[in-house]
Amino acid sequence: MLPEKLRSIFRRESESASSGASRPAGGGSPLRRPSKKEVTVARQSRGLEQFFFNVRDIVGLSILDLAGASQENINFLTNLGHKVYSQDIIRSLDEAFGPDPAEQTNVGRIEYFLRTNFDYPPGTFDGALLWDSLQFMGPALLNATVERLHELMQPKSYLLAFFSSSDRAAEAPSHIFRIVDNKTMLITERDIRPTGQVFNNRNLEKVFAKFESVKFFLTRESLREVIVRR
Amino acid sequence: MPEPESRNTATIGKAVKINGQIFTKEDLYVDGDVEGTIESHDNKVTIGPNGRVQAGIRAREVVILGQVQGNVEASDKVDIRKDAKLVGDITTSRISIEDGALFKGSIDIKKAEPKPAAAPAPAVAAPRPAEPIPVPAASTASTAGAAGKR
Repeated sequence: MLPEKLRSIFRRESESASSGASRPAGGGSPLRRPSKKEVTVARQSRGLEQFFFNVRDIVGLSILDLAGASQENINFLTNLGHKVYSQDIIRSLDEAFGPDPAEQTNVGRIEYFLRTNFDYPPGTFDGALLWDSLQFMGPALLNATVERLHELMQPKSYLLAFFSSSDRAAEAPSHIFRIVDNKTMLITERDIRPTGQVFNNRNLEKVFAKFESVKFFLTRESLREVIVRR
Repeated sequence: MPEPESRNTATIGKAVKINGQIFTKEDLYVDGDVEGTIESHDNKVTIGPNGRVQAGIRAREVVILGQVQGNVEASDKVDIRKDAKLVGDITTSRISIEDGALFKGSIDIKKAEPKPAAAPAPAVAAPRPAEPIPVPAASTASTAGAAGKR
């Protein structure tokens, strides 16, 4: 008879083997893990400033915010006179694909993910705040999501996305983003998770090849801010 | 666990399941299952922590602690509490979302139109000495009549 402690270790290993938990393409840590930092940092963002500069003086826009509903973002966007479409896309990723990045290649699940999260008529959005969500998508899922966003966004509209600027990182922290004003945000680390692929400027230009332009802002905190014009 | 706040609150308990339209003229507390529509135009609708609602909700104020799938329209305020889950579109004047709540949908803030202020009563002017302006008799009568209606 194995002691209970030993048995539980074997059980955990066999469970992870049967769930197919494998290392991501980047060869890093296989699964997400909780963040050690629980601090919230206020940070200036050129990308955010540029995003709101582009929609200044216009009211009644439809803005997609993938950070999950927060009082701050809702207040800020609705006070500008916009309609907010809110959802927590990181949570949706976990619900659709589970903890294993390998599942993000499953065509059926990708279709389900798009249907449950981006089921809007073409041209619904006049702007999209994607924050750091795209960097946790594998190539197949990322391309399908960006393709769908291209359909859902109005021509000449802008989207804002953040990517880790480390070209070798196999994992990156995911964050909660809260807007303070048109160029300042509060960032709280949520957890550490495997990145779907390596994102450098060249890759990002390929990802957004269907869009009209891609503009990068490099920042101090290993974050590459990207403003994309539809 | 929040309980209905006053005696003037209708309650749907957690062991109750309703399919259909609910229309009430008092506050409503739903802690059970509802499928259909909930309307309580001048009152407050609260979905309790055990509430599971698949319905459009229209009320003055909507407070959600449980799960709602459907559009929410509140003339005054929507309040989504921690651990609540709402999938649907919100139209309201004010909104409050606690951290930990899950919301998926759109938020359209419609500022309540200010009620037209009562027309200020015309200042009662001190009687002035009549000015000897010669006007036709009919016109004078008409003016005096309009002033009298005020």
